[in-house]
Amino acid sequence: MPLYFALTSVSALLAVGVYAIVDRRNPDVSRNVYRICIALCGILFVAAVMPRGASVLSATLPFGLPWIGVHLRIDVLSAFFLAVVNLGGAAASAYAIGYGAHEKEPMRVLPFYPAFLAGMNMVVLADDAFSFLVAWEFMSLTSWALVLTHHHDAENRRAGFVYLLMASFGGFALLMAFGVLGGAGGAYDFASIRESTKEGWKTGLVLALALVGMGSKAGLAPLHIWLPLAHPAAPSHVSALMSGVMTKVAVYGFIRVVFDLLGPPAFWWSIEPMSFGAASALIGVLFATIQSDLKKLLAYSTIENIGVIFIALGLALAFKANGLALPAALAFTAALFHVFNHSLFKSLLFFGAGAVLNGCGERSIERLGGLIHSMPKTAFLFLGGCVAISALPPLNGFVSEWLVFQAILLSPSLPQWTVKLLVPAVGVALALSATLGAGCYIRAYGVAFLGRPRSEAARTAKDPDRWSLGTMAALLTLCLLAGLLPSLVIDTISPAARDFVGGRMPTQAELSWLSIAPVAESRSSYNGLLIFVFILFSAYSARWVIHKFGSSRSRRAPAWDCGYIETSPATQYTGSSFAQPIRRTLGIIAFSVKERLDMPAPGDMRPARLSIDIKDRIFDYLYAPLTRAVETCASGLNILSLLTIQEYLALVFGALVFLLILVAI
Amino acid sequence: MNFLFDFVAQGAQMLLVLALSPLIIGFTRKLKARLLRRKGPPIIQPWRDLIRLLRKEVVLAENASWLYRSAPYLIFAMTWVAASLVPTFATGLMFSWSADLIAIIALLGSARFFLALAGMDIGTSFGGIGSSREAMFGSLAEPATIMIVFTVSFVAGTTQLSEIAAYMAGNLELRASVGMALVALLIVAIAENGRVPVDNPATHLELTMVHEAMVLEYSGRYLALIELASALKLLLYISLIACVFFPVGLARHDAGLQAMAIGLGAYLMKLAIGGFLLALFETSTAKMRVFRVPDFLGAGLMLGLLATLLVFVTRSL
Repeated sequence: MPLYFALTSVSALLAVGVYAIVDRRNPDVSRNVYRICIALCGILFVAAVMPRGASVLSATLPFGLPWIGVHLRIDVLSAFFLAVVNLGGAAASAYAIGYGAHEKEPMRVLPFYPAFLAGMNMVVLADDAFSFLVAWEFMSLTSWALVLTHHHDAENRRAGFVYLLMASFGGFALLMAFGVLGGAGGAYDFASIRESTKEGWKTGLVLALALVGMGSKAGLAPLHIWLPLAHPAAPSHVSALMSGVMTKVAVYGFIRVVFDLLGPPAFWWSIEPMSFGAASALIGVLFATIQSDLKKLLAYSTIENIGVIFIALGLALAFKANGLALPAALAFTAALFHVFNHSLFKSLLFFGAGAVLNGCGERSIERLGGLIHSMPKTAFLFLGGCVAISALPPLNGFVSEWLVFQAILLSPSLPQWTVKLLVPAVGVALALSATLGAGCYIRAYGVAFLGRPRSEAARTAKDPDRWSLGTMAALLTLCLLAGLLPSLVIDTISPAARDFVGGRMPTQAELSWLSIAPVAESRSSYNGLLIFVFILFSAYSARWVIHKFGSSRSRRAPAWDCGYIETSPATQYTGSSFAQPIRRTLGIIAFSVKERLDMPAPGDMRPARLSIDIKDRIFDYLYAPLTRAVETCASGLNILSLLTIQEYLALVFGALVFLLILVAI
Repeated sequence: MNFLFDFVAQGAQMLLVLALSPLIIGFTRKLKARLLRRKGPPIIQPWRDLIRLLRKEVVLAENASWLYRSAPYLIFAMTWVAASLVPTFATGLMFSWSADLIAIIALLGSARFFLALAGMDIGTSFGGIGSSREAMFGSLAEPATIMIVFTVSFVAGTTQLSEIAAYMAGNLELRASVGMALVALLIVAIAENGRVPVDNPATHLELTMVHEAMVLEYSGRYLALIELASALKLLLYISLIACVFFPVGLARHDAGLQAMAIGLGAYLMKLAIGGFLLALFETSTAKMRVFRVPDFLGAGLMLGLLATLLVFVTRSL
């Protein structure tokens, strides 16, 4: 039943895209489209969470490839991701009712937006390689169209180009992965792939291809370069969908292939996800720390969070391969919990960035400041998002990172030395990225929202409409609830862990006081609710005591600032000055920085200048040579287009003979 | 009856850390003064200062926002909660399981987050400089702490502080990894509390300060709360070191009043020793340049990582 609900809603989403084109003259079309999207995402969400009669529902539709058809399926994993996708989708649509009104060319968004939602849902529902890939490519293409919404900007066009390139590369890798999985027999439905036996080399190849294919969409370093270009280029609600939701669809694809289709894992499978995850976490957060563009900063921080998710997935693989069911379930649950959390707070932050963008027309934090006075509601909600994403208790980001740490702490039980020595190193990377993340959001919030306004636009900005604020408030509430009552989320994820890693965490709802204990209470436990109550109680009692017995008077006066008051807001600490210590001490890991100081000689009236040149090492050492190689090949092969007809015939004949020989062998 | 006793014990610990924390500051100040052959203010002086500040009117900078006004309460509350969850005189108190060691460290991280934001709220460059440096120190010190947590919990098999203390008390043996973790934790503790050689708590020399720069604009009760929070943080770190590495005399929560009294005596002794060592260390070193601090903290991080790896290696052999 839920499957048919889901299917009907997905087709309805596609129809909404068509409706947007048909009804384009109607001034209310934008509002209508987003309203219907909320309703459809709502239905899909209900379909995902409503009790299913059987744990697995499947159906085959008689179209698509003639001898395969379209296989669809909802199991615990796809239900979880369906819920994440549609929660994010509904939030983005609700936000867009207000935000979309500012769109200058709505026809560049409206037809593609519902189609994009439909594509993501289809990926999660697909149960054969063919429909999975079609849905995957559909999702890529519609999101590409959305990235190009503001195509007048050359930078956005470049972002679109890079995205298309990386998406086709990733899609190609996935095509190969499923090709290897399906084998020569061509059984492309997931059920037969699951049944088939896989040789050792095949699993290694599929794992690598899946990591490339899904990783390029999720933003795993070093395949992340498109993400910080493309995500910010789209309108903010689409950025939120791409960062918060589409990357999770890629995570889903990875889990589906590696934990499900590929069969029982070997321990070395865990090495790649863990190392690339750790690299992504560090690179992502370091780049986020030096960004001055608010949306780019958020995009880089997505890379960091995807890294955290992949670290947890890698751990789960390592534990599963060694038959340690409980630790595997813990790591797997941590990964899915972080998927859920990240979809919430990243959407919230992108919505906040969109509100700032609409309110001030400015994305660079260096020209903002003091927004807490001009946009108080947005400032409060954005602060909540910052606390959540910085993994600080008592909000939800902390819980999932805490679970990952708990999984790491179980790693001494692993027998293999490679993994055993890798895990502490990954732990350092995780700890570093968590704290650097907090620093990054202190900087983002402190420079953009606190202090004095650095521009007129920042001083006169206004809070957005009720829809936008309401959506952000709802997301923040969910963040708070997931942080205070993590046992509910963990117990919801547990069935997925049972089916995919063969174990489950102890039922958390049975513990007293709603606390969580991943293994046993004597080993580790955490109670977000109690901590939250304690903090509130201590803060309020302190306030009460001070106001009663001390003083409650206050007076406004100019800032003290050691006696010297700077009049210009330009003298405040800027984003780049804030990031300077981190850039100097830790930046060398990820990028090469050249600082040039042009100090004029005494008597010279020139202003002194400090210029900072930051280069992405990955781009320089990986992509630049690759581009050059492709260009060399292409220009080398150019002669082929200038041959005579006889030479072409000879070429075709030669190729034919060569292929026949190949087949004969 | 048991429930009531547990509840009272937990409440007593909360009030104990609150009462003792300014005293430990006063104690180190006194000792430092004595080491420099000055007489020094009385030990109770920080409490007097706090009460004086609490009675004063607050002078708020003109563009201070609600964040600036609520941050002191939040910082104080978070630090207080964290400090009361670290075992002082007894383990396994009523709420000790509500946050394990990682969560306690993260609570301090939350307090730091709000302190750094409050530093940037007025929009002065001093606030910014303090926040920026605090963020950098924090982003090195916290991973080092996490590595120490890893080491200790790999050894003890738990991240619950009470259980760790019980394990450490039951297995008194010399381990290289635990020794390294102790040194790393000392480094972190010095940096986190802004003591010499990382920061000087006595200075108001603008360009050398970190913590003082962030709270430069605070006055009256807000300043008192922040000072109290930083005193609590110092006490927390001393209790943490004492409870993990020197769990001598710690009572169990059900051991009765007499054991608790012994535990309290032992705790006071440990605090005195900790304060004395801190004062001795501070008088014998000079403050280092800000950009040397990452090396100092990096050493802590590396020690923590080495300790973790050492545990792994020795465990499997």
